[in-house]
This record gives sequence, structure tokens and C-alpha cells, in this order.
Amino acid sequence: MRVSLFITCYNDTLFPETGRAVVALLERLGVELDFKPRQTCCGQMHANTGFRAEAYSQAKRFVRLYQDAENVVIPSSSCVAMIRDQYAGLFEELGNEQLRSEFRSLAPRVYELSEFLIDKQGVEDVGAYFPHRVTYHASCHGLRGLNLGDRPFRLLGKVRGMELVPLANLERCCGFGGTFSVKNGDVSSAMLAVKLEDVMETGAEFCTALDNSCLMHLGGAMHRQFAGMKTMHMAEILASTEQTPVEVLG
Amino acid sequence: MSHGQQPILDPVLAPPFPQAALPMLRDSQLRKNVAHATDVIQAKRARLVAEKPDWQALRSAAARIKDEALENLGAYLEQFEEQCTARGGVVHWAADAAEARAIILGILREENASEVIKIKTMTSAEIQLNPHLDAAGVKVFETDLAEIILQLGELEPSHIVAPALHVNRSQVREIFARTMGLSDLTDDPHALTAAARHYLRRKFLEVPTAISGANFLIAETGAVAIVESEGNGRMCLTLPRTLITLAGIEKVVPRYSDLEVMLQVLARSATGERMNPYTSLWTGVTPGDGPTRFHVVLLDNGRSAIRLSERERQTLRCIRCGACMNACPVYRQTGGHAYGSIYPGPIGAILTPQLTGLKHAQSLPFASSLCGVCYEVCPVKINIPEILIDLRAQVTDQERGKAARFFDPMYLGMRVANLLFSRAWLFHAAQWKARIVLRIFTRKDGWIHSLPGIGAKWTQTRDLRGLPKQPFHSWWKQRKQASR
Repeated sequence: MRVSLFITCYNDTLFPETGRAVVALLERLGVELDFKPRQTCCGQMHANTGFRAEAYSQAKRFVRLYQDAENVVIPSSSCVAMIRDQYAGLFEELGNEQLRSEFRSLAPRVYELSEFLIDKQGVEDVGAYFPHRVTYHASCHGLRGLNLGDRPFRLLGKVRGMELVPLANLERCCGFGGTFSVKNGDVSSAMLAVKLEDVMETGAEFCTALDNSCLMHLGGAMHRQFAGMKTMHMAEILASTEQTPVEVLG
Repeated sequence: MSHGQQPILDPVLAPPFPQAALPMLRDSQLRKNVAHATDVIQAKRARLVAEKPDWQALRSAAARIKDEALENLGAYLEQFEEQCTARGGVVHWAADAAEARAIILGILREENASEVIKIKTMTSAEIQLNPHLDAAGVKVFETDLAEIILQLGELEPSHIVAPALHVNRSQVREIFARTMGLSDLTDDPHALTAAARHYLRRKFLEVPTAISGANFLIAETGAVAIVESEGNGRMCLTLPRTLITLAGIEKVVPRYSDLEVMLQVLARSATGERMNPYTSLWTGVTPGDGPTRFHVVLLDNGRSAIRLSERERQTLRCIRCGACMNACPVYRQTGGHAYGSIYPGPIGAILTPQLTGLKHAQSLPFASSLCGVCYEVCPVKINIPEILIDLRAQVTDQERGKAARFFDPMYLGMRVANLLFSRAWLFHAAQWKARIVLRIFTRKDGWIHSLPGIGAKWTQTRDLRGLPKQPFHSWWKQRKQASR
């Protein structure tokens, strides 16, 4: 199976280890990976901050770049939700019929990582080994935007050596919300404090998710508070094996 | 309550959301009250929704009923007027708040009314009816328990279903004891409701004029429906001689049978009950039974304009159940007053700015993390996140041409980011530059603890990992070259 990896702008810049883990994981499963060097951003930040024309130009760029891809995998649920929930509207308003039809044909081939593994690859046990106590944070876009359902749990449940601790109030937002975290920095911080209480209550070593944006938020607060817990994208847990354990970064 | 100054619930005068939220975030009592109250209502709602296997179908049906009414709004309103008039009611049309107030005051003058009793109506708060009646010499007595608390305590509403949700019972005890002269009143809920009942009974028996809102107007029969929990509504709707009902034009539904769906979704969503305790329906006037003079004031006040866009029209489906605010993680922290409007929470964040034609409350569409829980719980399936995003775009389009916005860090940053994202080589060059610049702020542990400018809003409570040496795309390129 051939897959083109859309790493997303912030993973490329801030979390390259997530990208390396996706590569290790998918290649281990026999996927033939391709990475388009011209990729940048899906347009989510602009769209959700009210910059519609800019979001449109990035959305158009994405569709043009990937229209020939067999499958596109994106290790970020919010970016996939952007593509699924907002592209059609943007193209309806600002695009032409050709762009709309290109998007209609591309959309079903765009997968979030856990969707790709479960729905397309049909695997739950990816052969991972991660001997740690972990809790899973369901990002809002994964939970309600993509309806990932039990996919993340099915994947995590098969990781050897790992103890998965349930997180209370799983459906509650961590307060990141992109530019919301600075435009409404105080409210965002209050939401974060409430979320962090639940996360810390699990006594886990790692908090994982399918979205590094939530994890950057939670992890930033954990680091500030010397909380003794770290965050890690699920791709890194799934990539980790007995032979090649994941590189645990600060 | 303890945050000092009274909140301003007028979108024209209210400070922007982030600023208005700050005193609320610092108010430990308020945050505890709001979190507790919303958690309780949410849990009840979740239990009752779970017992309906057809809940999603009910939501869709409710949305369709409201859409049908909104698509043919003029025709249904005229049908309502015709039916209501034929049964002895008088229908008035008010284009805005001032007109509605003038109509109501005019009726009260005709009735020589110096006092009026009221059922809880957020629409009357929208048009600031109470202070205007007060100034015109008409004494207003609220009869809903929460509204009594607010009126006697001179407080502002913070929720559309439970307006005194931010007040706890020891605070209620203090207000009642002080204003009713009951120095030995305890904070036992029974004692508090008994005090309110005693206070109300005389008003119900003595005041011959009442003002109500409406939950539904039924075009088919000209009937009006009100749902409530305390029975004060039933008293106001039956005892007085004259009844004035103020209703937003979006309250109309086509048929009597539509209530089958609407009443099911409303009670479960609003209070977590299978059915609300009191459902009152009346049609015009009936000699010897209830008020003999009945007026309906149909209020537009910005609603027709919202109707014009198909996407924004969803806003008018709202049946004011409050489920979105009970579920909202932002509302949970700030309570309702931060929204600077009597319509708080997610629905307020889309309704308030639209009612002002986006001239005011421009910070409200941004007062959301777009977590989507409001859409999930909405009984009439209003896609609130979608409308929030659209309103954000409208606000940005309005603002971006202004000279003052040119160097605004958010606007500047967005323009620069757009340029970088348009060419990969520019984006990659910027990554390297950013890493060098951020090195100044990066401590030995590899983390950034403090940033200037707009970044300070991040680092006020979170650290940021310094940028890694090698972005992913560069690692990929290197790996590919090595494998050749």
C-alpha cells in the first residue's frame, strides 16, 4: 500500500519525533511511504482565526498537492477535521467546480493515523511494546470531529507491557483551541488547570493523544509545574518495540 | 458576586470577553457554583438522553420543524396572527426593542397598571424591559424563583434557564433575609422556597396584569405554549385580568402536533427531566377562564437579518434550553456574565453579535475553543462551531482593512504565516530563523519559560519546548539521500 504522509506544519516544526515515529510504524507494517517536500499547512489556523481567504489558498494548495496520492495519512486529528469539515465550505464559497470535484475525489483517501491503521490496514496489534503507565486524552477533534470512537483504545489495548489508565471527563476540552490559547489565554489556562487535575489523577507516566496540539498545551503546563508526567503522541508509543524503544525526548 | 462591580450585560457597553472573563476566573465562589450547577444538570440530561433510543432522530425532527417554520416565517407568523386574533387575542409587531417597550408600556397605560407580575422571559431582558417599566413608574415583580433572587439581590442573570445559577443557597439566604426582613431564615432549600412562596402569594392575588414570554407560538391554532417548573407561570397565566406575551418571531412552529417533538427534546435538554412539571397552553381568551385581555408582541430586533443566511439561520432554531452552556468548558470557567449579554454561553456567542448586526460583541465568536460539545448536545442541531468560525471570518473581514489593525500582532502574524505557507522554501527558511531567534529565550533545559508580546499569553501558564534542531522534512530528505 502506498501512502503519502502529510506531517502538518507544527509537527514538522515542533514535533519531528512524531513524524519519525509514523515513518517507523508504517514502514514496519509494510507501507510504502512518500513525503511531498512542498507541503506546508492545511489552513486550520487561518480558518479558525477568521482568515478565510488565507485558509482557502492553503486548502487549495493541499488539494492540488495531493490529488494524485493513493492515500494520505495525517498524524493530527484536528488537521484531518479541518479538511473534512471546512474544505468543502471554503471551496463552495471561494473555489471553482474543478477544485470542488478534485476535493470530492481526494477526501475519502485522507486518513487520520488511527483511522488508517484500523479501517484501511485492518490492524489493531501493530507489534508495539511500551512498558509504561499511560493515559489517553481524546482530543475534541478526534472525539467529536472525526468520531474516532474506540479506535485509539483498540490500538493502545494491544501494546505489550503497557498499562492504560482511563482518564476521567474524557470528553472535556483541554482549553488549547489554537489561537484561542493566546487570544483568550486566561480562560484557556483555567480550562487547562481543570483538565490537568484529571490527567494527573491517573498517576500515569505519559499522557498520549492523536493530536500534538493538545499535548503541547498539556505538556507545557506539566513542564512548568514539574508535574512528573510527560506527553507523547500515540504514533511514538505505537512505533516503540522491544528492539527499538521510542526516543523519549524532554 | 464577590467580584465587586456589577457585570454589564449590554453588548453595546460590555468590555471584550477576555477582559470581562478575568474577574470571573478569579472568583472562586462563582467558579465553584457554576461548575457544580452545570455538572448536576449535565449528568441529569445525559441520563435521560441515554434512555431515548431515538434521540438522534428526535433532534433531526426538531431541527426540521424549526427549519420549516423559519423558511416560511412570514406566512406562519401571519397565520398565527390570524388564528390568535380570531380567538380574541391582539397581536402587535415590534421591529426593535424600543418599539416593543413602547407597545407594552402603551398597553399597561391603557390598563392603568402601576404593578405587573412577570414569568421569567429572557426576551424581556433582551429589550431591557424591567428598567424601562421601572422608570415609567410601573413596578415589576418577578415570580420565577431565580428571577426573584436576582431582582431582590439586584444581580444580573448568568444563564438562560437557571438565571441565578451562579448564586448558591447561602447567598440566596442572605438576599432573602435582608430584603424580606427574615433575620432567622436558614439556608435550608425548603425554608428558602417557603419564604419565596409567602412573598409571591400576595402578588399573584393582587396584581391584575402579567407579562410572559413564550416557548412556542403555534401557527395552526394561534396558541401559545409555556413550559416551567415552579407553577408561578401557571399562576401568572390564569389569575390576572390582562396578559401580555412577548415573543421573538422565531418562536413560531407550524402545527400543534409539533409540540410532541419539541416538548420531548426541550425538557430533557434544559432541566434533565422527562417532562417539565408545568406545561401551559392557551389560545386567545376564554370567557370565565383566565385573562380576558390578551396581547402578543412579536419581536424582531435583528432576527430577520439573521434569517437571510442559510448557515446563520440555524441560530434561530434555538429553543433556549441552555444545554450548550451547561456542557461548554468555557462557560464552566467563566459563568455567564463574561459574555456581556443576557444570552451567554455558546449560543450567546453566536446570537448576541448577530442580533447587533456584528456591530458589537465582536469578541464573542472567538470565546470558544471550538471543542464542539455544544453542537453535540444541541437538541435542534445548531452547528455552533461552524457559525462561530463564519462569524470570526466576518469580524476579520470587517477589521482587516482598518489602519489600526495593520500592525496588530495577530493580523500581522496571520499575513506573514500565510506568505510562509504559500512556498515551502520560505516556510523552511522561517523554521531555521525562528529556531535561532527562539534560542535567546530557550533555557539550558531546552525549554522556553517566558516569551514577549503575544507569546506571553502562552508562557503565562505553560512552557514551550525549544525548537528541535532538525525539522521533520529535513530529516526525511537526509534519510532519502543516505539510502541512495
